[in-house]
Amino acid sequence: MTQAALPAASAPDRGFWLRNQQTLAPWFFLAPAILFFAFYVVFPIFQSFNLSLYEWDGLGEAEYIGLRNYEDLYYEWVDRDAFYVSLKNNLIWLVLYLAAIPAGLFIALFLNQTVTGIRLYKSLFFFPFVISQVVVGLVFTWFYDPAFGLLNVVLGWVGLGPVNMLGDENLVTYGVILAGLWPQTAYCMILYLTGLNAVDPEQIEAGRLDGAKGWRMLWHVVLPQLKPATFIAFVVTIIGALRSFDLISIMTGGGPFGSSRVLAFYMFEVALSEYGFRMGYGAAIAVVLFLIMLCFIAYFLWSMYREERR
Amino acid sequence: MFPTPIEKRPPAARVTYQAFLPLALIAWLLPLIAVAVFSIKPGADFTNANYWNMPSSFDLAENYGQVFFNSDMPRYLLNSFLITIPTVVGAVALSAMAGFALGIYRFKANIWLFFMFVAGNFVPFQILMVPVRDLTLDLGLYNTKTGLVLFHIAFQTGFCTLFMRNFIRALPFELIEAARVEGVSEWRIFWYVVLPLMKPALAALSVLIFTFIWNDYFWAVVLTQGPESQPVTAGITAFNSQFRAMYHLMSAGSIVAALPPVAMFFLMQKHFIAGLTLGAVK
Repeated sequence: MTQAALPAASAPDRGFWLRNQQTLAPWFFLAPAILFFAFYVVFPIFQSFNLSLYEWDGLGEAEYIGLRNYEDLYYEWVDRDAFYVSLKNNLIWLVLYLAAIPAGLFIALFLNQTVTGIRLYKSLFFFPFVISQVVVGLVFTWFYDPAFGLLNVVLGWVGLGPVNMLGDENLVTYGVILAGLWPQTAYCMILYLTGLNAVDPEQIEAGRLDGAKGWRMLWHVVLPQLKPATFIAFVVTIIGALRSFDLISIMTGGGPFGSSRVLAFYMFEVALSEYGFRMGYGAAIAVVLFLIMLCFIAYFLWSMYREERR
Repeated sequence: MFPTPIEKRPPAARVTYQAFLPLALIAWLLPLIAVAVFSIKPGADFTNANYWNMPSSFDLAENYGQVFFNSDMPRYLLNSFLITIPTVVGAVALSAMAGFALGIYRFKANIWLFFMFVAGNFVPFQILMVPVRDLTLDLGLYNTKTGLVLFHIAFQTGFCTLFMRNFIRALPFELIEAARVEGVSEWRIFWYVVLPLMKPALAALSVLIFTFIWNDYFWAVVLTQGPESQPVTAGITAFNSQFRAMYHLMSAGSIVAALPPVAMFFLMQKHFIAGLTLGAVK
């Protein structure tokens, strides 16, 4: 305990500051961070909740309309086939994005060797994560291009294709997700490479003596030790999936015919684009997205809380 | 070590592995290699539909020259630096103090404040979008770099505080106790005892935040417009409409826009990975 470390006799004859330094100091250290965070992150969340009960174009008077925005979303009275398509796409994103975790593990296992130049290979495999999603989006848009994209060239070699990935309503979301998986897999890979570094070699040897090999070794001996890495990979992948905005904005703009929208993009479209400034309606969409995210946030915090208690 | 080290395998396996490595890498980076190839081709190759044969000439200097001397790209790059660097300094400073407070002192609100920072770091941007845009407008900072920097500092403080606090928790607490017995003031303990020990964390966070902020697109679009304050991620769309269908220039532009964080990563690789994987091992 910190208090116990203080010499007991020093208290009475010193000034107020010196006596209370231990209790006051943390608040001085915290003040700027709390202030910034409150104004830019905490209050806005509540403001958005409030705003979702209004109709507001961003300039004039806001009109209180109760839960009408949510009704409009639920029955899709305003935009046909927008909300549920976005919701469905969000779900697809969530599920398919998780593929980054096993894929990252796979590449990490592949690269976890000590041959010459392996460090450079590891960095180059990690490379996609460092590039901005905007550039990743452009790169993949050209990769998929029906006229000159490398994808169709490669598909042509094996007698498949051609496909117009981003022009096809049924393929477009998968095309964008694939682009997103590229940097995300690199991220998971680096998490697992670090985790593999810390795997206890004695346990591996013990496993070998017990005759464990390949899959059984991976599943029963290695993976349990990689649990912290898996947890972080899970957190960042879920958050990344629900945050998907940049790629959709760059690659498809939500199209064709709104078929690649997700909630994050739909919200932006409603509130801040040529489709008009429906701030209240946008806020309602944001609240829905926030509530989805909140389930995961609660789970993450709960896991962290248990760790802290140990 | 898992999987079995390749040196302990038959020589055939080793040779196969080493031959397979570069092939796997090329396949992995294929979309990027394609763009790099595009960026050194002359424009004529695209009008003649010569996409994947040998370039008819190597126009590396010409294409990149266009990007640097005949577009707003240098402007956007400068903006990106002017947004990224103050954000890194601000977020690291705020979170070093906050992390110190949460890592060293025991008080009731401690864990709740910590969770507030962690949770805030995970919220979707869209729930902040309208209020933050209004706040920025009200402050008269819409379409300024300052407006963007202030928001970024605030938001990144969440992640950075998580990082700093965990790092400080791992430091030997006896050092601080010893300093307190000596009668050193709390501020001096922070400045002279803890901060020097935090150098690795400061370096790791700086590199990481640099990359995050450089690559931000959403807030750049929400809070700025036009070349006087937009960073390169948002500027590239304007750049692409200036050079519509000129794929050699668009490719060169994309590569230029992506380069600074890449350079940062290769120069500070150790710190970068240390930052990214904090908590991935126990």
